[in-house]
This record gives sequence, structure tokens and C-alpha cells, in this order.
Amino acid sequence: MQAKKFIPLVAFAVLAGLLFRGLSIDPTELPAARLGQPFPDFAQTELISGRQISVSALAERPALVNVWATWCYSCRVEHPYLLTLAEQGVPIYGLNYKDEPAKAREWLAQLGDPYQLNVSDVEGSVGLDLGVYGAPETYVLDAAGHIAHRHVGVLDEAVFKRDFSRWFPAVAPPAVAAGPEGGQ
Amino acid sequence: MIPELGHVALIIAFVLAIGLAVVPMWGAARRDVAAMNMAPSLAVGVTVFVAVAFALLAVSFLQDDFSVAVVAANSNSLLPPIFKFSALWGNHEGSLLLWVLILSGWMTAVATFSRGLPLVMVARVLSVMGMVAVGFLAFSLLTSNPFERLLPNTPLDGNDLNPLLQDPGLIIHPPLLYMGYVGLSVPFAFAIAALMGGRLDASWARWSRPWTNVAWGFLSLGIMLGSWWAYYELGWGGWWFWDPVENASFMPWLMGTALVHSLAATEKRGVFRSWTVLLAIFAFSLSLLGTFLVRSGVLTSVHAFAADPERGLFILIFLALVVGGSLLLYALRAPSVASRVNYSGVSRESLLMINNLVFTVSTIVVLLGTLFPLIMDAFSLGKYSVGPPYFNAVFVPLMALVMPFMAVGPLSRWREDTTRRWLHELLVPGLGVLVVAIVLAFLGSDDFNLWIALAVLLAGWVALGVVKDLWRRIATGVDGGLTWRRLTPSFLGMTLAHLGFAAVVLGAVVVTQENEERDLRMAVGDVETLGAYRFELMSLGQQAGPNYLADQAVFEVRRDQELIAVLVPEKRRYSASGQIMTEAAIDARLWRDLYIALGEPIGEQAWAVRLQYKPMVRWLWLGALMIGLGALVTAFDRRYRSQRSNVPAAQQGVAAVAG
Repeated sequence: MQAKKFIPLVAFAVLAGLLFRGLSIDPTELPAARLGQPFPDFAQTELISGRQISVSALAERPALVNVWATWCYSCRVEHPYLLTLAEQGVPIYGLNYKDEPAKAREWLAQLGDPYQLNVSDVEGSVGLDLGVYGAPETYVLDAAGHIAHRHVGVLDEAVFKRDFSRWFPAVAPPAVAAGPEGGQ
Repeated sequence: MIPELGHVALIIAFVLAIGLAVVPMWGAARRDVAAMNMAPSLAVGVTVFVAVAFALLAVSFLQDDFSVAVVAANSNSLLPPIFKFSALWGNHEGSLLLWVLILSGWMTAVATFSRGLPLVMVARVLSVMGMVAVGFLAFSLLTSNPFERLLPNTPLDGNDLNPLLQDPGLIIHPPLLYMGYVGLSVPFAFAIAALMGGRLDASWARWSRPWTNVAWGFLSLGIMLGSWWAYYELGWGGWWFWDPVENASFMPWLMGTALVHSLAATEKRGVFRSWTVLLAIFAFSLSLLGTFLVRSGVLTSVHAFAADPERGLFILIFLALVVGGSLLLYALRAPSVASRVNYSGVSRESLLMINNLVFTVSTIVVLLGTLFPLIMDAFSLGKYSVGPPYFNAVFVPLMALVMPFMAVGPLSRWREDTTRRWLHELLVPGLGVLVVAIVLAFLGSDDFNLWIALAVLLAGWVALGVVKDLWRRIATGVDGGLTWRRLTPSFLGMTLAHLGFAAVVLGAVVVTQENEERDLRMAVGDVETLGAYRFELMSLGQQAGPNYLADQAVFEVRRDQELIAVLVPEKRRYSASGQIMTEAAIDARLWRDLYIALGEPIGEQAWAVRLQYKPMVRWLWLGALMIGLGALVTAFDRRYRSQRSNVPAAQQGVAAVAG
């Protein structure tokens, strides 16, 4: 029996400990400290206009703050639903996270622009203050400008109905095109 | 009634699996032939009852029994029948059942094809697999019962299958991937059985080699299909994303690649014995880790199933038992004496060692990148994830590093070789490849493209080694004639897989470097040119599918006035979920794909459109197909079938296994 043959076992034990910790920290959970806090202040450029903006630019509330990037392919899956929400009158602010602004502008030109404005966060510093885990993420900014809710991952109709509708009671579900009588 | 029968069948399978995990193992310890002989029948029994449960769940799906929770959540009466069937594994509970079904299928295969092996070995191998089956059946029954009912509040119709999954690629992608994932349990079980028996010799390696190759081949095919699906279904032409779930299947593949090569050295020369056992344990452990990552919700991903910490804890405990137990067994039982086999620094053994090092390091690199968010979180450094830039920066050089050795490997000799001989074989043709690489890199684009030159050079170099080797084997007939005798399945399989690897590298680099794309606003009658191709938007229309309504655009693509293709990309709106899907239209050829995807409507008569020209993108999947098929071909080698003659005489006495 040699000590070095225990190396794989020890390495695995460390990994297992890490995974166990991973279970107890839910990546989709907003750190409790940030819940109910005002949105962190920032000084960044707006993606399309290029003007300097701060947190006061997120004036229309309640609103969604959507973290997205062109390198994130879940964002592509999510994008059509954001357009639907914008059409239904939900104000959405974008946080373009660690992205190339030129690519991001091209994306909005091609896929449509659901955002009131977009905070261009090339360095990811706003994301850091906010505790962004990855893209896509969507935050609810309540009427007082506080962070009321956070969703990690693709926002779709089911999630919206379940977790978001209490801040946006006016959003009606879209009419379903075909009924079940359509046969098999 | 049907779901309840399915549930009962699953419980019976669970009980039989416990029997399989306990009885033959006990028999092996006590040298009790009757107990050991029960292993194959128990394995078949587990398979039968899991298959019954699977079939009954399939019936619930096909009959639109929305009182069953998974059917209500993942199917819909309007769904075409084939998708009702594949919806079975489009969710956590059903896919877990598929996992168990495939595991038991592998058990039955081992029970069927291992009649020539010593009984103790068969008993232990099947018993170890039975333990794995116990874990997963318990997981299914205790935390993820697929037969749970929604009574009395049965919905009138189901929620529908996620439209992303309503695709032929997704019908076969998960089963193939699981064949690979789960198939790695076979070499794992062989490794554990060998450790228990204390016989880590060449015959152990020979027994598990064909299984390893087949499992690894399926894994290659599964990953290939996943990449191809993402390419055409996600609608923007990407083919690999370093997404945690992709990594979850890629890590066992990388480890499996090391294992496949290490087993060759162990079988042929008796070297790397402990190392090979360790790789077999690691490869399957990474499969289990992948299952954990996908199903526990510790990492976020679009592919991930609904997160549930309770399930995560279950798999983690199971993972700790299986992997921790195996590594403890390894620490206690692996041979502590270094093998007496000698080999020089210049030999095939050394080259295989380089392969092993590179692929093991690659696995660790991908593992670290995948778990990075967890690591940062654990040390309270914030929530981060590393993106594709990290993976590309580390992974690409590693692959480039291994390729120079790949050409030499098949040509090299075991034990001792000389660099002079290698130079003699490869120098002149190698220079030829260099010239071709430089010329092609100039042809491909206006400027010299270093990356393409490197890719052509490395891929050409690998192909060269393969062709040289092939020729050497053929041209040994009498009187300078040709002979096909030495083209064994294992040699042909390796050749095919190596060529496939070269093709993947070439395709990946060329499509990354020379890809052209344009995002445009196009109305009917608009014309746009991309390279030599002229795209004209002919008309816009609508088309109703079985469960969706699609906006369509009809494009004609011409080159020098000649009509090349009519492409009809769609934007679909699925009725049940209201989800919107982009269906790209692709004209696929060997040397290039033309790819059109619709963006958003702009006004009444125009759409945002993305046109793409993707040179050699097919080579990626053709190459991966060659790798997968190559691995499957090797299993037909004759020497794996005449196993009985290699069994030491002492164990011959108990070699007959009732099946």
C-alpha cells in the first residue's frame, strides 16, 4: 500500500465537498442582502445612443432589468418572449453584460429591440455589483426602484405567470391560436 | 391502471437489481458457483421489467393519458405521435427511465457475450453493474417517479413538449448519448471486478476493450448529433457552446479517449495497468458527475432539467458511494509494484502516454472551467462563470499539441523505436503537406491565414501517418503484390477514427475562420450577394403545421445564374405554449452550407434575415461520424471473440456460464 495511490481518493473527496456546497448555494437565488435594496448606481454608456447614464435613467417602474449578451445562446431562446412582453407594455431595461457593443447593436437590429434602453456593461462591473451569475437573468425593479425579484435562466410565459405577474397585473396571456379540437 | 402496472414493474426491477448486486458478489467471495450463476438471469430479469415499465410509460404518452404528471407536463394531444413517444425522454423522470433501460440493456449484452469469460469475472462485473442499477432505480422510484398521477385534477390537455425538442435529431440524440454515457459503466465494472480479483493483467484489458470502444463510439455519435442539432435548431449556426451540459458529455468522452488508448497499451504490452484502471473509474465517474450537474441545478444551462436540490443530494450521495468506494478499492488493491515491462522513451508506449497526458489534462481543464462558478462561489468570491474564451484558449492548443504525435503513433513500434526511422517514414511526405498547407491557406482567403495553414498542416500530417500505415500493411504481399489480410477491423477502425479526428479539426478551424454572415432587412424582391451566391427573397407566406403556425419566406439562391437551391426558413409559433421557434433553412454540401434564418418581421412586408456561408462545416460532423463508426468497427475484431483460449487454465473449470 502506497500513499500516492490515495491521491485520487483525496482529490475526489475535495470535489465532492465542493459539489455538496454547490447544492446548498442555489445559483438562482438572489443573495438575501440585495433583496429589497435599491438598484446599485452606475455610470455607463447607453448601448444605442452612446450617452452617459446612471441609475436614474431606469425611471419607468415597475420594470424588468434583463441581463443578456450575444454570446449567450439562451438569450436567443428568450428574446422573442421579451419582445412579446414589451408589446404588452412591460418596460424592460437591458443590461448588456460583458459583450461587444457592435455585436449587441447588430443583434437588436436583427432580432428586434424590446428594451427601453440598454446599459452597456462591457467590463461586467454593474453585473458584479448586482451579483449577476450569468446570462440571461431578469430582475424586477419595483415601483420604489428596489430589487424585488430575480430570475436566473430563460424567462418564458410560465415563469412570468408564476413569479412576475404580481408586479405586472395588466399583462394578459396571449390568445392561443388553435384549440384542442384540431384533432390528432 | 397502466401507469400503476408500470410502477409495479419498476419496483420488481429494483428488487431484482438488489438481488443482482448482492447474490453473485457474495457467490464470488465464497466461490459459490450456484450463486454466481444467477448473475446473467438476474441481469436479464432486471432488463425485462425495466423494459416493461418503459413500454407502459410510452403507452401513457401515446394514449394522451394526462392524468400522468410527466405526460401532462411534456405532451399534448396535438403533438405528432413520434414526438409523443420521444417526449418520454424530454424530461427528467422519463430520461432517467431511459438511462436505466440502457444500463440494463448493457448488462444483458455483457451477460450474453461474456460466456467465454471466467465465471467469477462475469459474476462480479454484472454485480457491480447491478449496484449501479440499484442506485438509479432507487433514484427514480424515490425522487422522480415517472408514473406519478395528477388525480383527481386531471388536466384536459398537456402543456406540450418544448418546441426545441420537437425535432428528429432529439429523437435519437439522447438514446445515443446515453448509450455512450451508460456504456462506460461496462469498463468501469470490469475494472472494479479486476481490482477485486487482484488480476490486473492483459486479459482484463482485452475483455473490456471492445465494450469500451463501443461505448466511446456511441458517445462520439451522441455528441455529434447534439452539436448538429444545436446548429440547425437554435437558428443561428453555432455548433459548440461550452455549455455546462455539453461539457457534461464531453468530459467522459475526453477521459474515454484516454482510456481507449491506454487499454491498447495495457492489452498489448501489459504497461500502464494501474493507470488504465484509474481511467476506467474516472470515465464512468465523469458520466455520473455529468448526471449530477444536469439534474441537480447547481449550474444553470438551457439544457438542464428542472432543478431540484433533493435530487441533487441523492445523486451526490450515490456519486460519493460509487466513486469514493471505487477509489478506495483502487488505493487498497491496485498493484503497488511497477510493472516489469520495459519500454524506451522512443516507442509506441511513450506516444500513447502523451495521448493519455494530453487528454487527461484536457479533461481537467474542461472540468475546472465547468465547475468554476461553484469554486468561486464556495470561496465567496462572487458568482462568475468562465465563457467560451477560456475553453478555446486552453483547449485548442492542447489538441494542436497532440496532433503531431498522432501521425507517428500508428507507425511506431512497441517497446523500442528510433527517431531516425520515424524521420525516414515521414519527413519527405511531411514537407509535402507543409507546402500544401501554405498554398491552401493563401487560396482560402485574400490574406494568408495562419490558423488555416496550421489546421491543414496538422490534419494533413495526421492523415499522412494514417495513409502511410495503411500502405505499409497492404503492400506486404508476396512479390510486391498487395494483401488485405492485415487490415483487421481494429486497424481499420483506428484508421477511420484518426482520419475523422483530422476532419473535425479541419472543419472546426475552417468554418470558424472563413464563416461569412450578414444580418439584413429584406422585403420581397430584394437581392443580396454573399460570396459567389445571390440570394433573392421571392415571397412571404404562412403555413399551418400540426401544432404550430409558421411564417415562411421563400428564397432562391443562384450562382452564375444557375439555380442552386430554394430555401424556405420559417418562424413558428407553437399553439399550446405560445413559444416562438426559428427554423433555419440550410442548403448543405460537403464543402459549404448556405444557412438562412428569419429574425423578426419589420413592418408588413419585410423581415430581418440572417444569411450565412459556412465553409466545410459538414466536416465536423462527418469527422465525428467517422470517429464513432471507427470505434464501433474495432469491436468486430476476431481476437475479441476467441476469448476462451486465453483464459488461464486454473479458471477454466468454472468458465461455463448458464445463460
